[in-house]
Amino acid sequence: MTFEDAYRLSPELILGFFAILIVLLDLGVRRKGWLAALTLVGLGASAAWTAVLTAGGWQGTALGDTLAVDNFSLFFKFLFLGAAALVVLASTGYSIRFARFQGEYYALVLTSAAGMMLMASGRELITLYISLELTSLSLYALAGFLKDPRSNEASLKYLLLGAISSAVLLYGMALLLGLTGETHLDAIANALGRMPGANYPVLFLGIIFIVTGFGFKIAAVPFQMWVPDVYEGSPTPVTAYLSVASKAAGFAITLRVFTLALGGPREAADWSLIFAILAVASMTLGNILAIPQANIKRMLGYSSIAQAGYLMVGLATLSDLGRSGIIFFLASYAFTNLGAFIAVIAISHRIDSDLISDYAGMAHRSPLLAGALTFCLISLVGIPPTAGFIAKVYLFNAAVQQGLAWLVIIAVVNSVISAYYYLGVVKAMFMGTPLSLERVTAVRPALAALAVATVGVLVVGILPEPLISIAQAVGRSLIP
Amino acid sequence: MIPLEHFLTLSGILFSLGLFGVLARRNAVLILMSIELMLNAVNINLVAFSAYLVSTEFVGQVFALFVIVVAAAEVGLALSIIIAIYRSRATSNVDEVDLMKW
Repeated sequence: MTFEDAYRLSPELILGFFAILIVLLDLGVRRKGWLAALTLVGLGASAAWTAVLTAGGWQGTALGDTLAVDNFSLFFKFLFLGAAALVVLASTGYSIRFARFQGEYYALVLTSAAGMMLMASGRELITLYISLELTSLSLYALAGFLKDPRSNEASLKYLLLGAISSAVLLYGMALLLGLTGETHLDAIANALGRMPGANYPVLFLGIIFIVTGFGFKIAAVPFQMWVPDVYEGSPTPVTAYLSVASKAAGFAITLRVFTLALGGPREAADWSLIFAILAVASMTLGNILAIPQANIKRMLGYSSIAQAGYLMVGLATLSDLGRSGIIFFLASYAFTNLGAFIAVIAISHRIDSDLISDYAGMAHRSPLLAGALTFCLISLVGIPPTAGFIAKVYLFNAAVQQGLAWLVIIAVVNSVISAYYYLGVVKAMFMGTPLSLERVTAVRPALAALAVATVGVLVVGILPEPLISIAQAVGRSLIP
Repeated sequence: MIPLEHFLTLSGILFSLGLFGVLARRNAVLILMSIELMLNAVNINLVAFSAYLVSTEFVGQVFALFVIVVAAAEVGLALSIIIAIYRSRATSNVDEVDLMKW
């Protein structure tokens, strides 16, 4: 490892260092709040270093061309660090439920963030696989962090289905290796250009296997079976983290592998059709199954499947505009969904229930939390003046320009369906009669995180230009 | 010399057996063993491809080593989760782990 490698890898190395430090300090520290503060320091240090890399022109590759430090990966690093920081802030009140194991909780959040950051920068199959597993293993453990049978069950289901999907993904990667003899994504693309047409069926099989593996991570139908159960059973901060960061990491790795290694015209035509079909299935099934849900975490789980469907419309476009649309959508979705989940964490921690019926009259018991949750749900539907509205317009516009109007029509119809269940929660909160008159409050760090997320949704909704130009630069940097 | 197709067929059969086991078995530990079968099928593929097609480098072999290491970590985590489940409800049968809809 040269000096340059260490320099470019530092954001991840810092996270690893802090993860170990926290586990060691956990042995002696009595007040676990310090560990949360230390986690935030680690995330901040890593973000500062990422900013240095972005501003200082240190972009390039590291560790023998296996990791790319380009605008694309730097953008996702900021996204993951920000999401992790908001989740750590939001779990301050909640974390007493982890009893003695708070140190491990924060350490695992850090290692999974490091894994996601590597997922966004990997440009070689072995590296990508290792970083994917680093992320997944940390998340499997996080999902089972409560001493509660539901949490155990969520963890087991997540792990078993995740292990199966990564075995299928590996089979696809092995086929790519066999067809090309390469593991670097750009070398694979070169070799596939020279590949005789008779081998194409094998490549197609490999593409399907790889779509299966990544589809599991981004929670696309038909690889979504784990989502509702894992979202319901996991500790709510972990659910928030899963729904935002893990999904964004899945899209980062999908974008990089498919545009870089499988970007040839013959392959691209096929996988864009596959993603278009998955998009229709995810949007429709996610939205329809979300309607009858009584548990808000489960409902948001189905909603995240539907959102993955909208995002996959961008994958089907195969254009620069579509890719930047995905990046913009992921950023605004991160603000929106984290905002919604932080409000849910605060409310459900206090009333000890995740049932939507128990949210009745929440506007009277906590105007602030109910208002913020309402605002984020409106953004999830895609109504102005929110980030969700701009993101949908931007992404769907990209799809129309590539002649995918039919896909956009389905997506818009789905957005209308989704208004029904999102606004159902709003209706319960504002029109329902409160079950008790006890005030629902949240601790200060959680309120700060909620403020960051909601203000983000509002600012991106009103002044989208800066984020749009960033998303365009990031999208362009994907293809060297 | 044994042709490459034999290895690929073996790997395909092993992978399918593993997938069948995952779908048919009800005990969480046996499902894990079936997943191991799938991963080992992948390893056979990787090593065979590497030996026959990319003889100058050991990409496939290195990849297979990483897969083995990660699989070991995964099994460690999975077994600890299964123990946690067994403690709370005295079963490791996935059909009975059904507090939430499967």
